[in-house]
Amino acid sequence: MHANLFDRFIEKESIIHRLDPRVKVITLVGFILSNALLPDGAWLAFIVGWIFLLFANDLSKLGLSYTFRRSIIALPFALAAVSAIFSPMGNPLATWHFGMFTLTPTDLGVLRFTSILIRSWLSVQMGILLVATTPFPDLIHALEHLHFPKSLSTIIAFLYRYLFVLTDETFRLLRARDARSAGLEGTKAGGALFWRMRVAGNMAGQLFVRSYDRSDRIYSAMLSRGYTGNIRTLNPHTMKQSDWAISSTIAVFLIVTQMIGWIR
Amino acid sequence: MRFSPAQLHIPDGFLTLFVSAIFWLLTVLFVNQAIRQTNKKLGEKQVPLMGIMAAFIFAAQMINFPVAGGTSGHFLGGALAAIVLGPWAGILVMTAVIAIQGLLFQDGGLLVMGANIFNMGIITAIIGFGLYRSVLNQNTKVRLGVAGFAAWLSTMASALLAALQLWISGTSQLQIVLPAMLGVHVLIGIGEAVITVAALSLIERTRPDLAKPEKIAEQGGYGWIIGGVLFSVFAVLLSPFASQNPDGLESVAENLGFLSAGVSAPYQLLSDYSLPFLGSTPLSTIAAGIIGVVVTFALVFLISRSLKKTDPTSKDH
Repeated sequence: MHANLFDRFIEKESIIHRLDPRVKVITLVGFILSNALLPDGAWLAFIVGWIFLLFANDLSKLGLSYTFRRSIIALPFALAAVSAIFSPMGNPLATWHFGMFTLTPTDLGVLRFTSILIRSWLSVQMGILLVATTPFPDLIHALEHLHFPKSLSTIIAFLYRYLFVLTDETFRLLRARDARSAGLEGTKAGGALFWRMRVAGNMAGQLFVRSYDRSDRIYSAMLSRGYTGNIRTLNPHTMKQSDWAISSTIAVFLIVTQMIGWIR
Repeated sequence: MRFSPAQLHIPDGFLTLFVSAIFWLLTVLFVNQAIRQTNKKLGEKQVPLMGIMAAFIFAAQMINFPVAGGTSGHFLGGALAAIVLGPWAGILVMTAVIAIQGLLFQDGGLLVMGANIFNMGIITAIIGFGLYRSVLNQNTKVRLGVAGFAAWLSTMASALLAALQLWISGTSQLQIVLPAMLGVHVLIGIGEAVITVAALSLIERTRPDLAKPEKIAEQGGYGWIIGGVLFSVFAVLLSPFASQNPDGLESVAENLGFLSAGVSAPYQLLSDYSLPFLGSTPLSTIAAGIIGVVVTFALVFLISRSLKKTDPTSKDH
């Protein structure tokens, strides 16, 4: 498998790409926080937030609709989570089918539902923009600079590094299972559901043993190269003047958004 | 390749700041302790081990098994990680997995990540390890049986917590979200249980040194047993009570002044839904819950179908 499959970074020359990763992380958190703080139905503020997002999209040279397109892939996950909650939203249709439910969607309910979806949708898009314009290792360094616990951030860096390797291992296991699960066209291959679950479990156990051994090997290899518990980087990560200017502009913008949302 | 929709990864915007902050606080306390504990036990070795174990959980979540109608179940891993690696390491590993899912794949939000980590990493470690630890001296059959039950229950507890968080946030009505979440996760939990047991027994057979009871006993003591049993009893008692009698839970919460703190906006999607011939009995709630489950399944099914169509890389698997 190609290592880029998981990578969300898209290389471009843009202001957003050059921006210090710390600024981007704080902007993302600030933007999500700002969305969460806005009251339900603050449409104007939501629109302002969306324009901010579009503007950032444009500056990043990824194209105006880039995060929108990606968020379409991400939103069904949100909807799958909401479906349990908002299943009654679709039920007026079902009323005619079964004829035993009396459903009365109210204006407040619709308002709340829409506001939640918009908040979530805006937040997801900003996250997509962040990972599209920042190499993941830089993101980890930004977290470290922001006093995120060091051992945890190093663990995440390791996770990212070996994601590809272990996913490849998983695909090998899956391919081997497929290769040994031949069936005639039209007939069902493999055993019952319980059996399939057990096979999946055995595969997970196998993967665990392999991963564990690999971690031992990696650790001794690292020791042999003088690992002391710190991962070093050549990237200086210093805040430039432009970084400060941009972050204060963003801060002002977020405050203005809040004012638009609350003062009506 | 495709990712199955994970119903438990709550996205940003679905929980209020109040709920998000409380669960961030709890999560930070637990994770901080986990870092200290694993640091003490493993030193600098913890980094490669935890990192690769986190990658293992991430990769193992891709091992799917076809269920029916194009949907497939997959593994969550919280209980297994806590059992074989110990509870603190399990928490750390799950934290890293959930963090990367939220950061890199937008699978679960950032502001709500505290809640996601608590639901999928901490409660699963407490129940998974606590219950397993309590039968560590028993024979293999009992141990594996309890491991399976713990895996199932930890999945249910995650779903229960997520449902309660969504409800306190005023995102959903308890009568709908609770039976729907629990209904779906009764089934997901069975998959989780079978996978956990099979994985654990395979590890015990092929690498007995990795899952020796003595080694597991070192990872945590009676505190975990007490915690695990307490939370299990809580989950077992609360789920049926809450599913059948959500109004009871609601009034308890109101008396505690819980709801007024959490719910910012008056929400009422449905003024009341009822089955005319059943009235407002628990039966009608359950019936509504079942319909919620069916709708959820239908939605998840449709979404996974549509994703399959749009995702060109899904062809090879």
